[in-house]
Amino acid sequence: MTELGPIFSEFVQIALTVLVAPLFVGWIRMLKCWAQGRKAPGVLQPYLNLMKLFSKDILLAENASWVFRVTPYVVFGSILMAGSIIPIVSTDIPLSASADIIALVALFGIARFFLALAGMDVGTSFGGMGSSREMMIASLAEPAILMTSFTVSLFSRSTSISETVRFVEGMDFFLSPSMAFVFFAFVLIMLAETGRVPVDNPTTHLELTMIHEGMILEYSGRHLALIEWAGMMKLFVFSSLGIALFAPWGIASNASGIPLALALAAVKLALIGVGIVLAETGLAKMRIFRVPEFLGTAFILATLGMLSHFMLE
Amino acid sequence: MTSISTLVLFGLSAPFFHKHEKFIVSVFFPIFAAASLVSFAAGFLAVSGGITEKMILQAGLPGLPFHLRLDPISGFFITVISLLSFCVSVYSVGYVKSFIGRESVANMAVFYPLFIAGMLLTLLADDAFIFLVGWEVMAMSSYFLVIFENKIGANRRAALLYVVMAHAGALAILMSFGVLAGFAGGFETFGGYTFDAMRSATIPPFWAGVAFLLAFLGFGAKAGIVPLHVWLPEAHPAAPSNVSALMSGAMLKTAIYGILRVSFDILHVSQLWWGELVLIAGLVSALLGVLYAIMENDLKRLLAYSSVENIGVILIGVGLSMIFFTFQKPLMSALAITAALYHVMNHAMFKGLLFMGAGSVLHSTHERNMENMGGLIHKMKWTAPLFLVGCLSISALPPFNGFVSEWLTFQAFLMSPALTSQGLNLLIPLGAALLALTAVLSASSFVKAFGISFLGKPRSENCATAEESPWSMLIGMSILAMTCLLLGVFPTAVIGWMSNVSTALAGETIAKSAGGMGWLWLTPVAAERASYSAPMLFLGIISVVVIVFLTLHARKNTIHRVKPWDCGYGGLTSKMQYSSYSFSMPSRVIFGFFFRMRERVKIDLARTRAPEFPAQIKYSLRIRDRLWGWLYKPVIDGVFKLGRHTARLQHGRIHVYLAYSFITVIFLLLFAL
Repeated sequence: MTELGPIFSEFVQIALTVLVAPLFVGWIRMLKCWAQGRKAPGVLQPYLNLMKLFSKDILLAENASWVFRVTPYVVFGSILMAGSIIPIVSTDIPLSASADIIALVALFGIARFFLALAGMDVGTSFGGMGSSREMMIASLAEPAILMTSFTVSLFSRSTSISETVRFVEGMDFFLSPSMAFVFFAFVLIMLAETGRVPVDNPTTHLELTMIHEGMILEYSGRHLALIEWAGMMKLFVFSSLGIALFAPWGIASNASGIPLALALAAVKLALIGVGIVLAETGLAKMRIFRVPEFLGTAFILATLGMLSHFMLE
Repeated sequence: MTSISTLVLFGLSAPFFHKHEKFIVSVFFPIFAAASLVSFAAGFLAVSGGITEKMILQAGLPGLPFHLRLDPISGFFITVISLLSFCVSVYSVGYVKSFIGRESVANMAVFYPLFIAGMLLTLLADDAFIFLVGWEVMAMSSYFLVIFENKIGANRRAALLYVVMAHAGALAILMSFGVLAGFAGGFETFGGYTFDAMRSATIPPFWAGVAFLLAFLGFGAKAGIVPLHVWLPEAHPAAPSNVSALMSGAMLKTAIYGILRVSFDILHVSQLWWGELVLIAGLVSALLGVLYAIMENDLKRLLAYSSVENIGVILIGVGLSMIFFTFQKPLMSALAITAALYHVMNHAMFKGLLFMGAGSVLHSTHERNMENMGGLIHKMKWTAPLFLVGCLSISALPPFNGFVSEWLTFQAFLMSPALTSQGLNLLIPLGAALLALTAVLSASSFVKAFGISFLGKPRSENCATAEESPWSMLIGMSILAMTCLLLGVFPTAVIGWMSNVSTALAGETIAKSAGGMGWLWLTPVAAERASYSAPMLFLGIISVVVIVFLTLHARKNTIHRVKPWDCGYGGLTSKMQYSSYSFSMPSRVIFGFFFRMRERVKIDLARTRAPEFPAQIKYSLRIRDRLWGWLYKPVIDGVFKLGRHTARLQHGRIHVYLAYSFITVIFLLLFAL
């Protein structure tokens, strides 16, 4: 059992990432409906949507090349890989040594790179517009997330996420200026990276305001299903990363602690869902060129966090 | 040595065959490739065995023999440069054929091997004299390669700028060696010109600083450090693409080699500010280089600016290594220098690949401007994926090689809390932030480069009728693409191979700890600290992709080809696509203050019924380098002004000239007395 423990934990994690991500999104959508006084379709609706898309035929644009057709699989693969690295329920997972936080950010980078290319592949202006805007957002959000994770890793003297989680878990509740800075930065980035209001609107299909939706406008059938699913997984993975960096208490260190860890993770994710819904309901979507200011703030907050770690601690 | 002499010999014999241009191309370039392979083997063995071999040639000036030396440091650079020149020579067999009948191919066959030989000679040199000889051979032969297509005026101007910058740099290097040789062997004799003498000399700190600064300026001009980068985006695009691949991938590396040789090997990095200077220069070059690259619409200029950025990334590693070295932290210093050297190798590979890809595009479409490209992925079925590999590598995405060096550099940054210095505590976090920003901006500029030129619909007639390049060009590129992948997937093996180089430079190696967990995991310092396993990530992603693909293809959904969504209006044209300008528009808005931009929209209201529907809209945008106006223009204007003033001395009247000589003679006589 001790031999198989880590592998079992890894299996649980991958299954969670793939299967629970739509549930998490369903939960957020349901809460959002309630918060806006609408009738909710039910938590399981995302699963039904995915199933519908998987059974449909594909309408492929005439000019689409192999880049367009490969992208959904690459995006799905790299985000699932990211999910298998972050300790969601256990720090003792075999794959966590294969990538640290920098590689994790790079995994999201692969997904984004291919999505942006796919957006430009068909040769319509919506795709190009989405790609261009997505890369702009990424170019500010990604450094900010690197700075955030560097600051956290400076405490634990390791960029490995499992090590960081173990370290933060071992400490009592702690509050330091640098952690406060980077926590706020992380919240801002998470909204931007996962395409939520106020940066992007996941439900929009108004052409001129689309970012993420603009890039994937030409997708259909199973391609679209994979990309949608990967998007849900990304939200789930990002939330788990936030939990791992800032509130890891309860993540098990071996396979026997998994049931408790599962329960705690569910509670934390549910709370994050509430937070996202409050932010989305309370805020309006920004004009596109307000986004650099928003993300610039996140970047500067994260850099300040690292600076204050160097100067004060 | 053999390879150098082969290159020189065949290079010099090329003119005799100028009547048989086809013969030159198909015989000479394979020979150059073979010669490169020989020097590759020599360099590779020197690094892996840690061999140092010396040789004294009784040539040159009497009493001043040439000293040559092959040690791990030069061996490493020789390996990188020869591997690249091997691939480029293979590529050239196909590429140079396209010049037959248009330009003198014999010229190319002379200067191309001389260029490679000059680089190798520079690397092998063990005294200042032969070093500068090699350096000048390299500079002059590359000058002639830049003006290869000399019927285009812009190319001639670019070459002039290049040669001026190269000589200003060479002058600084010469002075630096002068200072060093002076302290090594006394100012009265020539004894101090060997590197051995310089190494053992005791140089007062002030003069060591002067020598370092001069060398850094001189090599910096060659490497293209901002603000000495202005020649790069002019000369690299002007040269034929096989030469630009070599210039960018290999020649810039000799400048890095020079910096390493002088600061580590000869001067032993004795002062802290050297490292800080190199780090700051690296950061500025990296950030500005990538911003210029994003704004660029010319594919080859984009690549040239991106070289500025990558040289910056290399210098960041070098600077960090120097800082750690002065703080007596050999292991960290070794980590940073390994990162820098890894990036040297990576940049040679992917930049060579990208320039060759751009060359293939140029070869088949005769277009350099991305605004006229598009849709090439359908026409150039093999070039497109190869170029994509280059883009992925340079954007630092795993599992390709760019990520490994970027990752190691970040790890070096995160080691820095061990240092105790207020100034550095401010500089290093900012540095890490800037490097992170650079990495993503570079990804963005290569999304643009690939997306605009290869994807979408063709924007010009030339692109719609493009054809795939000949197989020799594809082979040259494929070898580099494979190398990019291998360097990315097996970093532990590569770092093990490089361990002698970092021992020679920083006195320590990370090879032992890097492979501490087995070859699968790269753990630069300790497993708890950080680990990265490219093979696992690669296999992981591939297996997920395969599993998902097979699962989904079990059920047969059909694929229908349809027209893309056009909002119901119909008639999408290629002009409606996002263009290169529009793709970089958000970056122009955010980072525009770095540039001097003039944007003009001219709306033609003549012959229109309503102002809302003008007949013609003209949009023009000009982006200029601010540094050109601040630093270079005053100097150029000053020189011209001086020239005009001195021109007054010349009126063409013979008696005035005689008076000049008379005054000079009197003056000299007075001086002699």
